Amino acid sequence: MPEHIALKDPHRESRIYSARTVTAILVVLALLGVILARYYSLQVTEYEIYRTQSDSNRVKLQPLPPKRGLIYDRKGVLLADNRPSFSLSVIKERVPDFDATLAQLQQLVPISESHLEKFQQRLKRRRPYEAVPLRFRLTEEERAILAVNRFRLPGVVVDAQLLRHYPQGELFSHAIGYVGRINEREAFELDETEYRGTFHVGKVGVEKFYEEMLHGAVGYQNVETNAHGRVLRVLERYAPEPGDDLTLHLDIEVQKAAFEALGDRRGAVVAIDPLTGGVLALVSTPGFDTNLFVNGISSTDYSALRDSLDVPLFNRAIQGQYPPGSTIKPMMGMAGLESELVTPESTVPDPGWYRLPGDSHRYRDWILRIRGTGHAPEVDLKMAIAESCDTYFYDLGRRLTIDRMAEYLAPFGLGDRTGVDTTNERRGVLPSKAWKRDSLGQAWYPGETISASIGQGYMLATPMQLAVATSVLASKGERRVPRLLRAVNGEPLMAPELEPMQAKPENWDSIYEGMLEVVHGKRGTAKYLAKGIEYQMAGKTGTAQVIGIAQNAVYKEEEVNERHRHHGLFIAFAPAEAPTIAVAIIVENGGGSSAATPIARKVIDTWLFGSSDYKDPA
Amino acid sequence: MGDYVRQMPHQGSADLARPPSAASRLHIDVPLLLLLMALTTYGLFVLYSASGQDMGAVVRQGRYFAVGYVILILGAQVSLQRYTRWAPWLYLAGVATLVAVMFFGVGAKGAQRWLQIGGFRFQPSEIMKLVVPMAVAWYLADRTLPPRFKYVVVSLALVAIPAGLILQQPDLGTSLLIAASGLFVLFMAGIGWRYIFGAMVLAVASAWPAWMFVLKDYQKQRILTMLNPESDKLGAGWNIIQSKTAIGSGGWEGKGWMSGTQSQLDFLPESHTDFIIAVLAEEYGLRGVLFLLALYVLILLRGFWIGVHAQTSFGRMMSGSLTLTFFVYIFVNMGMVAGLLPVVGVPLPLVSAGGTSVVTLMAGFGILMAVSTEKRMVVH
Repeated sequence: MPEHIALKDPHRESRIYSARTVTAILVVLALLGVILARYYSLQVTEYEIYRTQSDSNRVKLQPLPPKRGLIYDRKGVLLADNRPSFSLSVIKERVPDFDATLAQLQQLVPISESHLEKFQQRLKRRRPYEAVPLRFRLTEEERAILAVNRFRLPGVVVDAQLLRHYPQGELFSHAIGYVGRINEREAFELDETEYRGTFHVGKVGVEKFYEEMLHGAVGYQNVETNAHGRVLRVLERYAPEPGDDLTLHLDIEVQKAAFEALGDRRGAVVAIDPLTGGVLALVSTPGFDTNLFVNGISSTDYSALRDSLDVPLFNRAIQGQYPPGSTIKPMMGMAGLESELVTPESTVPDPGWYRLPGDSHRYRDWILRIRGTGHAPEVDLKMAIAESCDTYFYDLGRRLTIDRMAEYLAPFGLGDRTGVDTTNERRGVLPSKAWKRDSLGQAWYPGETISASIGQGYMLATPMQLAVATSVLASKGERRVPRLLRAVNGEPLMAPELEPMQAKPENWDSIYEGMLEVVHGKRGTAKYLAKGIEYQMAGKTGTAQVIGIAQNAVYKEEEVNERHRHHGLFIAFAPAEAPTIAVAIIVENGGGSSAATPIARKVIDTWLFGSSDYKDPA
Repeated sequence: MGDYVRQMPHQGSADLARPPSAASRLHIDVPLLLLLMALTTYGLFVLYSASGQDMGAVVRQGRYFAVGYVILILGAQVSLQRYTRWAPWLYLAGVATLVAVMFFGVGAKGAQRWLQIGGFRFQPSEIMKLVVPMAVAWYLADRTLPPRFKYVVVSLALVAIPAGLILQQPDLGTSLLIAASGLFVLFMAGIGWRYIFGAMVLAVASAWPAWMFVLKDYQKQRILTMLNPESDKLGAGWNIIQSKTAIGSGGWEGKGWMSGTQSQLDFLPESHTDFIIAVLAEEYGLRGVLFLLALYVLILLRGFWIGVHAQTSFGRMMSGSLTLTFFVYIFVNMGMVAGLLPVVGVPLPLVSAGGTSVVTLMAGFGILMAVSTEKRMVVH
């Protein structure tokens, strides 16, 4: 069948097209009619409903900030709580004349330039119809004045909020840190929903480390308001979830003993329970009143803290890096025994100085200045620890070499962060050839090994690291990550445990005997601590040079500027046979270890008996 | 088969009496141009308020409009024969770029829609809004109309290939618009009613399998949200609740220019782009909506008028399709903002901020003007 050939018929096409156009126009108009009807029903029929909805829109959903978790010491003493505080806020959208209202407010209550400045910054970040705080901590009187003038101040609100308060102030400043107002950078990083209605966030310390637990979860309420934004009734409420209450290992009595023993000197005390890794005391002096930071510290207060020569904002316990001095000797002794370079019986001759083969430089023992000779003709390990013989360890260090020294000391927690649950911890320095090459770009010199073997030179440790090392000595090789947090909402937690150190038990015993001798021996460097003591304490003194002393010069304490005096250090654990506390103490520019040793006695007495009647003989 | 229409003896006789005006020499359809200018001016006023009184946004949009008008005028200069000749090649090139997007495209929010060449970025699917109806019109122009079954099938294939490619980007809104623009050509070509009703029945029947197998989760969510915005007050339903509140609270008179509380206080999302009609409705009230609709209706009627008076099948089908597509923009956008249709990314034509749709729409109106001034070209 031949294919049907169709010819184009323009008239027919045109007619069809016109018909289709008419259909299309009808459909288009009908559908636009539907649209129009919809807009008519929204804008005319249901106008009232939407008008009301639009008016009440602004205040429909209110966030309910959660209550921040409390912080307790191990016995339940409050270290951080929340107290009601009244603040003055402004809702810009409801203020008819913004500048006039601000001027009026300034006449009613004191508002400083810095308040205004911070207020302007907050104003820029607000959401529509958000109350922006202008003044905090209104006094009773200021609240009364504002209440009386309220009718003249539309858009001005006085509201109560819970504010962080630190009842112990300075005593725990470095142990728990503080919260502060959320700044711009934090606002960007924090979850916007969770922090609606919350103005504070942990800035440092436990408050920052456990921010997520302490914060809780935000709640909401749906409220009906009148035209002036006053809440008339709550329609729906999703309660916020309060933050977790934290119980710390810290013991307020031990903390107080350490803080008071340090007095007005600069220094730090860290005490750890070797059985649990719990931090019993974490003190850095001088401290500061953390309450100042809660609502934005004034610039005068802040510059006073920042510019003080004593750097009170610096947390010496975890940020301070000091040469450990002779406190390194028990760990060094362990290295010597484990590497079998020394035995408890082997001895080193001690003329009061040490010389490297082929070098004329004399490395002096500290005793030389006092006695003009060495500790004894031949010194063994126990004596070397008890009397803190430098010559013995010079010799050991040289034979051990710096890299193996680093290898043996690292398991004690030196040269790396301990991982304690707080912020800003420093890692110290455990020098090695590789370390010096990487960080200084220089080769290692043999003389530097000599300095390192008595904890001088490049070697640096934080008091926290020394306390951890002491805890390892006390528990004969068990290693735990130090923990401040003991329990959450009353549920106890376990400190993370690390692989124990592999060492021979008799080697631990040798070191232990030496450290016992430090306190209880006839010629121990801390023997005056044993006066009236009812338990056994094992320890090690240390002195760290702040300035270098020339080859033949003599260090005379009285002649040296106070800030150039030696740092005094002491590490100890007790009761020696079954230790429950290990402490590390540093007193900056204390002159020598005698500045630090009495503090240990007071801290340990307090931990064991609840108080101390030890009198510093000095 | 040549273009038979051109030899019609009676055509253009009336025009011979008068010398051609400047407008007709420039191929400008004056009523259409005036209507478009009124619409774009109105749009800029709304935009100033909707963008939070941002003169920068207005200037930027003004620049897009300027570019749009230039494209419109350039598009009007091209003869319809040339469009007819270009149509198959543009179509092939368009499909090729869509395939290229599939492999080398860049995208945002999980969709791969753009092609980047050097520092220049463009969205091939946008051009297809014009090219697909052009290709179908080209294909049908030489056939007897209404088209026979075979030609309907080929036309459907011409539509389905690009629409399918765009659907998998995924961009449901554009894909539907492109499919519609191609189908409108078939409709205007006089395709039998049995096809149309058949397609409707098929569409209803395929709703269930589409829901189960084709639609992505976010697309289903949009449909569910449209049906019951209260179900997700703070999430997806927020936009619809806020835009309905904005429209409704505008009433008959509106809250006044730049005084819409919904839009000025940021309750309304996308207030200067897809949801701009809510700002207009809130601030100018139903009066303002009626004025906008009047402008749109006049533009649509002018479009249909041009179609009816076109001299070639190609011109007729193109103008019918372009006009109906323009209507779809209006209907979908105004419907979705008022909560009648699910939210798809379709702007309010020549009012929403943005340059891409302006360029496409203006190019479309350029073709319409070419159709409208076609007969005069034949005479001279």
